[in-house]
Amino acid sequence: MSTGNMNLTLKVWRQKNKNSAGKLVDYQLSGISPDMSFLEMFDVLNEQLITKGEEPVVFDHDCREGICGMCSMFINGQPHGPKDLVTTCQLHMRSFKDGDTIVVEPWRAKAFPVIKDLAVDRSAFDRIIAAGGFVSVNTGNAQDANALPIPKVQADAAFEAAACIGCGACVATCKNASAMLFVSAKVSQLALLPQGQPERYRRVQSMVAQMDEEGFGNCTNTGACEAECPKGISLENIARMNRDYFTAKFASEEEV
Amino acid sequence: MSKLNSNIPEGELTQKWTKYKSSIPLVNPANKRSLEVIVVGSGLAGASAAATLAEMGYKVKCFCFQDSPRRAHSIAAQGGINAAKNYQNDGDSVYRLFYDTIKGGDYRAREANVHRLAEVSVNIIDQCVAQGVPLAREYGGLLDNRSFGGTQVQRTFYAAGQTGQQLLLGAYSALERQVGMGKVQMYTRHEMLDVVVIDGKARGIIARNLITGELERHFGHAVVLGTGGYGNVFYLSTNAMGSNVTAAWKVHKKGAFFANPCYTQIHPTCIPVSGDHQSKLTLMSESLRNDGRIWVPKQKDDPRKPQDIPEEERDYYLERRYPAFGNLVPRDVASRAAKERCDAGYGVGASKLAVYLDFAANTERYGRIEASKQGNHNPDKETCMRLGREVVKEKYGNLFDMYAQITGENPYETPMRIYPAVHYTMGGVWVDYNLMTTIPGLYCTGEANFSDHGANRLGASALMQGLADGYFVLPYTIGAYLSKEIATKPIPTDHPAFVEAENNVKATIDKFLSINGTKSVDHFHKRLGHIMWEYCGMARNRQGLEKAISDIQALRREFWSDVKVPGSADEFNPELEKAHRVADFIELGELMCIDALNREESCGGHFREEHQTEEGEAKRDDENFAYVAAWEYKGESEFELHKEELNYENIKVAQRNYK
Amino acid sequence: MSSLSKAFTSSIGKKFVMGLTGLFLISFLIIHVSINALIFLNDGGETFNVAADFMGHNIIVRILEIGLFLGIILHIVQSLILTQQNNAARPQKYAYNKPEANSKWYSRSMGLLGTLILMFLVMHLYHFWWPTKVAVYTHQEHNTFQNIVMIFQSPIVVAVYILGVVSLGYHLLHGFQSAFQSMGWNHKKWTPVVRTIGVWFSIIVPLVFALMPIAVHFGWIS
Repeated sequence: MSTGNMNLTLKVWRQKNKNSAGKLVDYQLSGISPDMSFLEMFDVLNEQLITKGEEPVVFDHDCREGICGMCSMFINGQPHGPKDLVTTCQLHMRSFKDGDTIVVEPWRAKAFPVIKDLAVDRSAFDRIIAAGGFVSVNTGNAQDANALPIPKVQADAAFEAAACIGCGACVATCKNASAMLFVSAKVSQLALLPQGQPERYRRVQSMVAQMDEEGFGNCTNTGACEAECPKGISLENIARMNRDYFTAKFASEEEV
Repeated sequence: MSKLNSNIPEGELTQKWTKYKSSIPLVNPANKRSLEVIVVGSGLAGASAAATLAEMGYKVKCFCFQDSPRRAHSIAAQGGINAAKNYQNDGDSVYRLFYDTIKGGDYRAREANVHRLAEVSVNIIDQCVAQGVPLAREYGGLLDNRSFGGTQVQRTFYAAGQTGQQLLLGAYSALERQVGMGKVQMYTRHEMLDVVVIDGKARGIIARNLITGELERHFGHAVVLGTGGYGNVFYLSTNAMGSNVTAAWKVHKKGAFFANPCYTQIHPTCIPVSGDHQSKLTLMSESLRNDGRIWVPKQKDDPRKPQDIPEEERDYYLERRYPAFGNLVPRDVASRAAKERCDAGYGVGASKLAVYLDFAANTERYGRIEASKQGNHNPDKETCMRLGREVVKEKYGNLFDMYAQITGENPYETPMRIYPAVHYTMGGVWVDYNLMTTIPGLYCTGEANFSDHGANRLGASALMQGLADGYFVLPYTIGAYLSKEIATKPIPTDHPAFVEAENNVKATIDKFLSINGTKSVDHFHKRLGHIMWEYCGMARNRQGLEKAISDIQALRREFWSDVKVPGSADEFNPELEKAHRVADFIELGELMCIDALNREESCGGHFREEHQTEEGEAKRDDENFAYVAAWEYKGESEFELHKEELNYENIKVAQRNYK
Repeated sequence: MSSLSKAFTSSIGKKFVMGLTGLFLISFLIIHVSINALIFLNDGGETFNVAADFMGHNIIVRILEIGLFLGIILHIVQSLILTQQNNAARPQKYAYNKPEANSKWYSRSMGLLGTLILMFLVMHLYHFWWPTKVAVYTHQEHNTFQNIVMIFQSPIVVAVYILGVVSLGYHLLHGFQSAFQSMGWNHKKWTPVVRTIGVWFSIIVPLVFALMPIAVHFGWIS
């Protein structure tokens, strides 16, 4: 069993609700174990705050195994903290040193308004998917799953794009708060599979239009999104989306 | 007994569903447009049901407590989904899947339900592939399969170690498509806090907007729960932090029976607890047991590193005890075997509550095959391990990464340490063949109901059941009820039943905020978890269960007098949300112990120490306990047992044998 | 708005315009640097002047020149719009951000580098383009090489030029491969090739540009 011996200074963004102004508040924590996850360290903080009669810090989290995409902390200037390919919930305190000061902020983007403290509203992502991130096939209309062979390489590439967890780290880290990596992952997944072909060009146009409407910024290819993505979603997807978009706009006769 | 009618259709088992499906009354398209259905939960069962119902033309409202339906905990399922496709030509069939599921469930599931599940399993794979779910494929372009516990065929479809994620995102995209078309109204960050029953029928829910704290009343001609399992009653489990029993418990208190609550699945391969700070446990997919061998040292407290312990001093206890199935015995069997070894003092790691899951042998085997492919027919061990690691990485890379992340150890170099942890709950809200609860108009799907897994669920069957219920069963069977509701006009939400339900919820919230005690909600949750794990976990006995019941009752009293819920009701207040959930877990925990006490036999995930064979295997009592225990809520700590007899007409009930 | 006009005004469309104009300007740089390189023949600027004269008088080149200016203006206008939109997409900045952990400074500083290049360009046009135009329209003889030798006597001018081309180098280091990415040209096999070419292009072209004022200033060529 581990015993905690780390002392930390936390600077945490506190904001009452979406309309009020927020600020960084300092907290001292001691007895933190290196085996704790970053969120378990926040559990300790909250337990302390509740005992003292203060309001605990609100943060989003759910599965705590790196797949639901709900946790979303901007830690020391990086989404999900300093480690590559890891979500906040899978970041462990052994990545920090005794005596460290850790600054924790919410995702910041116009399209992700802060709800409270570290929790933000990412419903813009749902609306982008609702605009076209699907194959229009009603239940019960499918042919046999093996009727259409799909080359393994293509299926694997589609899977890699589909591994996106929709956490929004790409938006959070992008200097322009652009959502291109998120949108392109879904566009790519379906563009790579035969099942996605009938709506391929319609889909990319609808999704990009919705993305623009939500107020995300524009992609300037800095590559920060790819570097910070906990699931390693590749920039190739953005290029593929661009390509499909131009094909749709210039070659397709369908107005979307 | 009179209250329980499972409504299983007449006829021969293999024809029941086909015939019944063609005879369910239909609702014409114009009428569907005016019928409203509320779906609570947006996981595999909820999202697939909401999407399909909307596609059929019903007006749907869907609720989830997370910030997006895509976050539901189905997303964390790793290993795969079963389907009787027989793509591997290994003799699989609908009957075999049906048989394996009944046997795996230790003969405590309904034949008709399970057979239907096996029948529609093939449609699920077709549907998901059509949605663009990228399931794993072979070079020929066809779908790949792997084996899971409790079966001797390869029928598990998968997408790396993220099958649940991919299937959920498929259902989510179908759901969002309907949201975009305006046919589903989605309510995210909303939690159902009560069901509204009018004239004996479910007519709506009370939901709390978690951002504003506002209580909302929603009407529906029918209400469907797809709210998942209650494993978090143990505090530490592989469930998500938010997974809860609240919706299911509220309907139970309003008249829905709760069935087999004591059937809990303890998953054998989870990362062991590392300390008191632990907030949840992480599963290492069962698929790892395809290539990992489980062992402990033959010597107690062996101080050597696992790599240094020679082959002959290792006890591969699963292979020893169950030579036919070896490391792929069902979960309940594997978990108990691990507990047996650790209790006997052979555990490993700092806590001594762990066993090794070792990939070295198979890594070497894969490496040898790879080397041979490259023309090297006499490779040295190092080459084999190097090449084999690449293969293992391809198959399980994300799981190995996750293990390394959590433990700080490299599983490619040293065996994983694993220990059983609470994973799934077979029990749940009692439903009939139509998936309707004992409250007319209230349905329950997926893990939240009790229906298909008996006393133990086989691996890769949860995804199958969630999607079967949501895509292919409920959307048909709900027609039987809704076809009679076409004349029912939407009931205004100022109806006294809505007002009363909302007032009750409000009173509970006010109570939470007014106690102003000294201990946090988590404090009580942890204590509840300890009681449950200690006395109602992998092994149970009369004395322990009786103690647990009185401990839980005491804990409940303490909770209601000393809990501290900070903040207010009209804001985003996660502590208040937790308070609701833990209050319900405490009551459920008591019922679980009562159920476990009542079931004087061992079966599947329920192991009573008083009832075991000489070899330490679970001993069923089919004479007296071949029934579903459905509990009716009668008031605080008062539950009435109703029995639904289980009749096996097609399967010969036998002692499970995996030897 | 029609689908076609959205093709240019949407987020991806604007990037398309940036990439396209960028690649167009890159193609111009190749011609420009090639002609500049002629001074290193060290023939008293004879060949260079012939080429410069051709560039100043040929009708096709002069039409292309208008295109070039339009390209530059479009590139600048788009970048202003993008910058404004991108700033608006994050109204509240991070208190503590660590962008160097995930991206190159020059890829994040394209606006700044572009502004430096623009300032340099104004001076550059005043030095060389304007006198040529005056000569063309007043039908006077203009010895571009002489002009170069005269202007690069000033060490300050040389320093500003070097700063200008260094900015250009970094601008290209990101812009070259970025243009391909924006146009959707990303390929497992070919993108590494494009990137390598881009790096060399971003080093060689500015280097050749920089060598000219240096060589002239120190009298290595005359």
